[in-house]
Amino acid sequence: MKAAEFKTSEIVDFIVVGSGAAGGVMAKELAVAGFSVVVLEQGPYLTTPDFGHDEIKYAIQNALTNNPKQQPITYRKHENEAAKPFKAIEYGRQVGGGTVHFTANYWRFHESDFHERSLYGDIPGTSFQDWPIRYADLEPYYTKAEQEIGISGLGGANPFEAPRSKPYPLPPMPVKSSGVLFERAAKKLGLHPYPAPVAILSQPYLGRAACAHCGMCELFGCEMGAKSSTLVSVIPIAQKTGRCEIRPNSYVRKLETDKRGRITGAIYFDAQKREVLQRAKAVVLCANGVESAKLLLLSKSNLFPHGLANSSGLVGKNLMWDNGSSSSALFEHPLNEYKGIQVTRLIHDFYAADPRRGFYGGGAIDARFDFYPAGFALGGLPDDVPNWGLEYKKAVGQYFTRTMTLLSHSTSLPMEKNNVSLDPTLKDDWGLPAPRITFDLHPDDLATMNWLVEREREILDAAGAKKIWSFPIEPNIMPSRHLMGTCRMGTDANKSVVNPFGNSHDVPNLFVVDGSNFVTSARQQPTATIQALAYRAADHIVSKARAGELG
Amino acid sequence: MTKLTRRDWILGAVGIAAWPAIASAQEHAHKAAASPSSTAFEHFDPTTAQDVAAIAARIIPSDDAPGATEAGAVYFIDRALKTFAADQQIAYRDGLADMKLRREKSFPGSTSFAGLTAADQIHLLHSIEDTDFFSTLRQHTVLAWLGSPEYGGNRGGVGWKYIGFDDRGAFSPPFGYYDGGST
Repeated sequence: MKAAEFKTSEIVDFIVVGSGAAGGVMAKELAVAGFSVVVLEQGPYLTTPDFGHDEIKYAIQNALTNNPKQQPITYRKHENEAAKPFKAIEYGRQVGGGTVHFTANYWRFHESDFHERSLYGDIPGTSFQDWPIRYADLEPYYTKAEQEIGISGLGGANPFEAPRSKPYPLPPMPVKSSGVLFERAAKKLGLHPYPAPVAILSQPYLGRAACAHCGMCELFGCEMGAKSSTLVSVIPIAQKTGRCEIRPNSYVRKLETDKRGRITGAIYFDAQKREVLQRAKAVVLCANGVESAKLLLLSKSNLFPHGLANSSGLVGKNLMWDNGSSSSALFEHPLNEYKGIQVTRLIHDFYAADPRRGFYGGGAIDARFDFYPAGFALGGLPDDVPNWGLEYKKAVGQYFTRTMTLLSHSTSLPMEKNNVSLDPTLKDDWGLPAPRITFDLHPDDLATMNWLVEREREILDAAGAKKIWSFPIEPNIMPSRHLMGTCRMGTDANKSVVNPFGNSHDVPNLFVVDGSNFVTSARQQPTATIQALAYRAADHIVSKARAGELG
Repeated sequence: MTKLTRRDWILGAVGIAAWPAIASAQEHAHKAAASPSSTAFEHFDPTTAQDVAAIAARIIPSDDAPGATEAGAVYFIDRALKTFAADQQIAYRDGLADMKLRREKSFPGSTSFAGLTAADQIHLLHSIEDTDFFSTLRQHTVLAWLGSPEYGGNRGGVGWKYIGFDDRGAFSPPFGYYDGGST
């Protein structure tokens, strides 16, 4: 069936804002359930043949992410500072969103991630809380996501993982040299390495081709459609229903409400920057942890003077970050890590927090190489290598094929003082306020990362590295690509923005479903959980709509 | 000198190039692909081009293996300054003017950077290596050495060959020594 095209004057059943990890799933679920859906996506509609291997375009100019020249972001550490323009956060900005350019790590949360506050107690100065749902609530949806999206992995190989009702649909990707060295070293240290679960096809699946191991996943779009973005997995299914229109280059500036405080539609800028109103019975906001909050704050009205859905005052608050640390190492023989997907082995041994460490937090460590030639030469070498000249050239030649990295993914504690707000002066090219990011690390987050650096070094040493170097923490957590917490879910309308299904406590026909719902950060890699939450919310939304509760 | 972070290799230099510039760079890329060994300059005058080429050759020297010169770095930079790095034109103008002053002071009677001895060139570059301009020069030279040849540098893939990067874009395991079962 031909993809739908709706008139803006038509009242469609749903507007979905954003087409990434959550928006793609939401559009598919709602359209397949029989509803009319318009997806408003800020970015362009690129397709598989548009992608390529140009490092300058994709990895250095970051062509698939928000462009700070058009959409500036300001950043400050503390609210008493003036925020300055800085690309502190990064998100995928095209149909498929971040799932187009992500590294494709696809981890389920652990059972403990949903009730860590009960396990570890209050942490002063934070809004550390249990989630209002448990792993068992999400398990069927993790399974559904893995099956529909196309995930490769080995269920049960990670002794710390939560129970699963079904194996991964595809076997793990072939191990790389980094994976072999890491596995050998980790086992020597009594740890439990396992094959990385990834949203990349190890075999042909659902009409899509298997990965050809080009090595260009992170920051690149997959030119063969083997990376399981929503662009190539669920969005085509949504469009085939004939009930879903993907409307690219559509940048929403305000959600409209009526006198009763119900959403009536969305005003957006089209490709020519003309303002357009699309009417709808309900809106599902899936724009990411910064953009969703920004849009709610922009959607102020007499009825909602502090922004839409913000009676709690928590819209934009509790922003959690893509925390992690990394160390690289040089080995004797070529690893040729530039071939193949970035990550093939990891450990969750240090995932659980352990009060004996003296701080809250934990992390996972993966073996990877996420450098491309020029980026490696510019930022991948140890400090004692000169920056230019013959010795530098020779080092690049020696190190490029012989280096691997261990990357830790760690906790980011929720704190209200870390947030997204609207910059009072700086505007983007459409005249909308720039998102202003206020973020500083909690001391425990920093302690966790410093502790993990030591574990990285121990493993690299056990792997027989000739040389090990670690990257400084603070500059390397910029920009954050995991945007979580700014519309947290909960049952108490005073302490959360949405209910456990993403439904606004204040506006009955408004849903927010993306990383902003996260109550805690787990240990990063939010995509699987964002998508499981989207599948679960969609079930609920469909039953509400069928019951006529959405107008 | 600014140390680049792992996530954001190019701070402030080409990393924030305007979006439309990418399209224009692509257009240029096609031009470049059509004439990969172009020797015409669009931005630099011939004397400046000689100096920039000489600077690039000090950043990535040629020894028994090709360096920035063979990669065509000056052609890459020339084209970059007309496309994705157009906002760096002033930085180049001012940076090169500053280098000229330094050169005239340190080496009276010299007429160009390219005309200095190797030792004097290296000495002069050390004197500016903590500046933003040198950081930009280094970044551009490395991109010219190891970036995609369609931008006019990395001619014949000389940079990729040197570091052992195979640009076939499709591989089969084993990929490296340690996953090949040979240990």
